[in-house]
Amino acid sequence: MNRIEGRVKVTGLATYAAEYPVENVTYAFPVQSQIAKGRVRHVDAQAALAMPGVLTVLSGEDPPPLASGAGELALFQSREVAYRGQIVAAVVADTYENARAAAAVVRVDYDPDDHDVSLRADHPGLYKPDHVNPAYPTDTEKGDIEAGLARAAAVVDVTYETPVLHNNPMEPHAALASWDDEGRLLVYDTAQGTTLSRNTLAKVFGLPKERVRVVSRHVGGGFGSKGTTRPQAVLAAMAARAVGRPVKLVLTRQQMYDVTGYRTPTIQRLRIGADAEGRLTALEHVAYEQTSTLEEFAEQTATPTRIMYAAPALRTAHRLVRLDVATPSWMRAPGECPGMYALESALDELAYALGMDPVELRIVNEPETEPDRGLPFSSRNLVGCLREGAHRFGWEQRDPAPGVRREGEWLIGTGVAASTYPARRSPSKARAVVQDDGDVLVQVAAADIGTGARTALTRIAAEALGLAPERVHVELGDSDLPEAPVAGGSMGTASWGSAVVRACEELKSDGREGTADTTEEVQGDAAFSRHAFGAQFAEVRVSSVTGEVRVSRLLGVFAAGRIVDAKLARSQFIGGMTMGMGMGLMEETLTDEEFGGFLRRDLAQYHVPACADVLDVEAVWLDERDSELNPMASKGIGEIGIVGTAAAIGNAVYHATGHRVRELPITPGKILMF
Amino acid sequence: MEITLQVNGRPRTVDVDPRMSLLDLLRERLGLIGAKKGCDHGQCGACTVLIDGRRALSCLALGVAVDGSEVTTVEGLADGDELHPLQAAFIEHDAFQCGYCTPGQLCSAAGMLGEPGPSAVTEDLLVDPGLTPEEIRERMSGNLCRCGAYVNIVTAISEVAR
Repeated sequence: MNRIEGRVKVTGLATYAAEYPVENVTYAFPVQSQIAKGRVRHVDAQAALAMPGVLTVLSGEDPPPLASGAGELALFQSREVAYRGQIVAAVVADTYENARAAAAVVRVDYDPDDHDVSLRADHPGLYKPDHVNPAYPTDTEKGDIEAGLARAAAVVDVTYETPVLHNNPMEPHAALASWDDEGRLLVYDTAQGTTLSRNTLAKVFGLPKERVRVVSRHVGGGFGSKGTTRPQAVLAAMAARAVGRPVKLVLTRQQMYDVTGYRTPTIQRLRIGADAEGRLTALEHVAYEQTSTLEEFAEQTATPTRIMYAAPALRTAHRLVRLDVATPSWMRAPGECPGMYALESALDELAYALGMDPVELRIVNEPETEPDRGLPFSSRNLVGCLREGAHRFGWEQRDPAPGVRREGEWLIGTGVAASTYPARRSPSKARAVVQDDGDVLVQVAAADIGTGARTALTRIAAEALGLAPERVHVELGDSDLPEAPVAGGSMGTASWGSAVVRACEELKSDGREGTADTTEEVQGDAAFSRHAFGAQFAEVRVSSVTGEVRVSRLLGVFAAGRIVDAKLARSQFIGGMTMGMGMGLMEETLTDEEFGGFLRRDLAQYHVPACADVLDVEAVWLDERDSELNPMASKGIGEIGIVGTAAAIGNAVYHATGHRVRELPITPGKILMF
Repeated sequence: MEITLQVNGRPRTVDVDPRMSLLDLLRERLGLIGAKKGCDHGQCGACTVLIDGRRALSCLALGVAVDGSEVTTVEGLADGDELHPLQAAFIEHDAFQCGYCTPGQLCSAAGMLGEPGPSAVTEDLLVDPGLTPEEIRERMSGNLCRCGAYVNIVTAISEVAR
């Protein structure tokens, strides 16, 4: 189905956060810390206040009161600097130009301390967090790893590294905040969930939830970075309170790198043993990652290893270190994405060590039940995805020998990797009501960040009601609507859709209106291991002259329950795979070891795939039936597309060149080093 | 400074701060939010508009520098209720997800359709290559799409270019 909001998006009428017409608006511009650790001694705003149009300068000199005083959102509440780029002051002025010019002359003096911004696997500050995101055990262990390795016919013991990655949605994080005469706060925010954003702002400002409203009708991508409320929303609201006028705050692309989250770098050691038939005898995955001194963020990197393959000895562990850096946050498939990159690359190495086909190696190790907890899978069609993909891709004709296919300067290779992502759902509310014209209005505080949620929910409601989609109107993106979880964790459609279906069912029996709250229903979900699976196949051409890697073909085959809408689903899958290609070949933020903070803070230096990079990307899916999920029988598809892509590409680069790159991204320099 | 420009066929006279980009002028002064600010540095293409018929990055043009120019934004592509063929093709082929890069993609594609000559990937410089998928990919690479809709963007533009 074509996107419902397609017409407003192609005609430029869709309103994103900073685009609502508001009378008497003013503009805020942040000032960022120039040191990575220490204290703000003094903020001198005199020169800035004397500039044209400047209304106020906010800083820790006279901290605007907040009810909640810790973490990334506690702006100006402490003089301590936790990372370079942290917001230490902000100017509010009548125009953007005036605010920005004045921000440049705010003088901040610091008492700097020595900083530590480098993640290392032998860092003395490594510790074991209580749990990893969202609530998984930090470590798991069953069987005897050392014994398993000792009796293996082949062993790989390898370390893979992934860099700092930035979500980089096209729409910068922005907020437009105003307070009305009765002290109610309205924020147009770039939020992946207006309920969560409203609750967070209410807590930060010490307001009852009813006095805060967050609106995010259209969101220009998020990929996790707009899942938690970001400082721009707090700062805009704080500034609006200070000047008594609406305040618009749009972060610059550079500022986004500092204060809107990023994927933690990872160092991952894998030890895998297998017998001569390829059956795993031991599988160990240990991930080292960073967090900040402000908040703990523990990425669940090794968790996919707990569910992927049968192994009598299975150990996973996570270790964190608190560095003088911004707090990492969600980026598309946190955990699964970096974790599966390492696992699926290491498995390819094992396949070579055994002299076995990598597709068959995965199939041989298919588990009967979830290896970690022993739970039955609600459905699991990894083998089907591998077989279907191998058939479509022409895998049967593949010569496994690395580094032997050449066309002129180009070396050619193919690679495979599995992908997976949990199929969860969260409690949600929804309302459906018959309007005067007989059409049905469906309300839910869902978010459409480009996933097609508006369209998918329309289809779901229309199906539940037995109406044509044209007669259903979905309203979302507003915290005044029935409360709903964020667009994240690939559970938006599953969560909101469950509530929408229940509300529509009630409407059908009531004749006029239906409301739903799925809290009890979700709590009653039976104990199953619920995951989507997939297989990714890549063909690469590697220039022996320049080291350039071109991905000539990328095929993803997925098993993700019932697909709600084929057109939207294909776009989600290939979009994730395209981002995975970026992860494999080009995306990398450097950490500035000397001064702290990040380098490559723009799109000229942090490369994301451009049109010319994306040749033949295709996604298909199996017809998977699973009645243990939700009323739609669907699994989330927003994230699985990125999982495994980088490994498939890396494995193809090995097949093409005979050289294994174990540090992403696979840039020309790393190819030419061989 | 007071300047006058034609925006989507209408004369607009504005008193602008000389530091103001054309992009901010459109968005903050004229209420035309179609052109998007993605990077403000000419790196992403979300702000692409047509200036005197040629595609240009409105974040890299100062408002005062386009005094007297004709500017077409995405709001000006359709003919009344009749969508531009590119707009219709983008909807039909799902050539966008979040929609934030879309106005820039559309203006860029509209400009590209009228651009003669070879590109960096043209093999024979003396023969018009036509807008093959490879040529479209090359010529549209100034417009980033983080949702990864490129495959569909190329399909949509190809349909209109035929």
